[in-house]
Amino acid sequence: MNSTTAPKFYETKKFRENVRLTFVTLLLLAGSTLILMPLWWMISTSLKSPAEIAQYPPSFFPEKLNFSNYVEAWQTAPFTRWALNTLFLATVGTIGSVLVNSLVAYGFAKIRFKGRNALFVIVLSTMLIPGFVTMVPQYILFSKLGWVNTYLPLLVPAFLGSAFFIFLLRQFMMGIPNELVEAAVLDGAGHLQIWWHIMLPLTKPALITVAIFTFNGAWNDLLGPLLYINDESMYTLQIGLQTFKGTVQTQWHYLMAMSVSVLLPVILLFFFFQKYFIEGSNISSGTKG
Amino acid sequence: MKSSDTTLAHTKGGSKVMQEQKAAETVGRTKGLSKKAKENLAGYLFISPWIIGFLGLTLGPLLFSLAASFTDYNITSKMNFIGLENYKRMFTMDDLFRTSLFNTIYYVIFSVPLTTAGAILLAVLLNQKIKGMKFFRTIYYLPAVLSGVAVYFLWMQLLSPSTGLVNTMLAWIGIDGPAWLFDPEWTKPALLLMKMWSVGGGMLLYLAIMQGVSAQMYEAADIEGASPWQKFYHITLPMISPIIFFDVITSTIGAFQIFQEAYVMTENGSGGPGNSLLFYNLHMWNNAFEVFDMGYASAMAWLLFIIVMILTTVNMKLGKRWVHYEGGDSK
Repeated sequence: MNSTTAPKFYETKKFRENVRLTFVTLLLLAGSTLILMPLWWMISTSLKSPAEIAQYPPSFFPEKLNFSNYVEAWQTAPFTRWALNTLFLATVGTIGSVLVNSLVAYGFAKIRFKGRNALFVIVLSTMLIPGFVTMVPQYILFSKLGWVNTYLPLLVPAFLGSAFFIFLLRQFMMGIPNELVEAAVLDGAGHLQIWWHIMLPLTKPALITVAIFTFNGAWNDLLGPLLYINDESMYTLQIGLQTFKGTVQTQWHYLMAMSVSVLLPVILLFFFFQKYFIEGSNISSGTKG
Repeated sequence: MKSSDTTLAHTKGGSKVMQEQKAAETVGRTKGLSKKAKENLAGYLFISPWIIGFLGLTLGPLLFSLAASFTDYNITSKMNFIGLENYKRMFTMDDLFRTSLFNTIYYVIFSVPLTTAGAILLAVLLNQKIKGMKFFRTIYYLPAVLSGVAVYFLWMQLLSPSTGLVNTMLAWIGIDGPAWLFDPEWTKPALLLMKMWSVGGGMLLYLAIMQGVSAQMYEAADIEGASPWQKFYHITLPMISPIIFFDVITSTIGAFQIFQEAYVMTENGSGGPGNSLLFYNLHMWNNAFEVFDMGYASAMAWLLFIIVMILTTVNMKLGKRWVHYEGGDSK
């Protein structure tokens, strides 16, 4: 096989390709270290003593694991209450969002009505309106309705559809053959039944994506509670954390302990439902359906 | 599993459905609704939540704030028409307005190209045949799902001038790091750095398209002896140009709305050292909800709306020149 004219091993294409891939791997390894370092820093700071945090140069591993930081921080403020409030808002909002957005998306995807395309263009164009433009008048509206310091301004909008999710679900539903719907109509089913019995089961992956994104959004929402909630007992975790900062000032071991606690559910959600997070991004880019 | 589910649901609903249909028909006949009219009605009913939301939470508020922007409304007072006074005030009397506009434009100009280029670069690196690629993708995407106050706290700690991670790492390579959030010159770069941490969110969009490009195209280019750069420029870039277009438009709108970072990482929206983090929306927020000058805040909101609309239009016009669409593209 080997003749004297054969190229040296480092001149072969395969070798070059391997060198290139090794280089890329090293680059990616370095990059992921940089990405993960802040998270490690958060965890390690949350377990350090205040004295250790202040020392220079900072240490990467805590001398002693002060798990008591978590207990003390949690007891400094009504975090349990705030966590339950947040869980309640996120759950109700998610249920509303999944049901309403899929209902609206079904209307746009499978029912032929007059003005459908024009209205869908309006749906898409509302995505281009910055939320801050409507925030001030919405606040005036909700305060005139007497909804300030209630959960209504945070929950009701979730039941009125969101352009992005409508778009995402409609794209997904367009991929489901019309014959299925037509056959059901011939069998005498109404649209509401088709939506419930056929469309919801078939669009499950997209619905899970919507649910996760809504839940994550509600969990991390600071603006809404900041605007509308005044009573401390009604605070959510985000606004609670923000006031907690004022209480403990720069006691970083407490701040980081609470940050870890608030981010942990999101990180778990991400690892369990990673596929759906990624699917959501892919559908929205229009590669599917 | 899925198909049997549907057929089951199908047959189960069958007989009941028939009866209801008959009932519906008689109702339909008495009301004299044609099949088409019924279909129209069903359509409007299905999308009615969105219609209510659009009228009540988007269009109505937009028109209201347009009207309010010509008044001195402060939520308790009557609206007194004051003409273009609010708009005049922005440009002639309100120095903080100019500061906030400058800060916001600064942030947009740097963050949009940086995040777009970063996301593309990352997607190229992650689109290789390497062991453990799934692991890498997960890691790079993770920061994009983390947001909110906890993340801002984390970065305040990371950027701490003496004992933070960032300056510690800079010290390893002999750089004396700046005071970041305490130095007016460095506050905005600090936010850009934080933004770059979550650049993996945009990466996914590009990666999805890149994975769809057939390997044959690259193989053909290989045979012709194309360099990796040529392959990127002539094959990959045209393919992902619609996504770049989409990304630039949405991230421009997003960057104009920067608020939470500045609100949390400065003392409750004070604007940071030398007002270097007083962004447009923060200034609007302070006018609306600190001093309840709703008329002025509405005028600011409308100016923001107009600026964003103009930028989006410009982006779309420019996009026609460089965005490459495949033959039978959209559905």
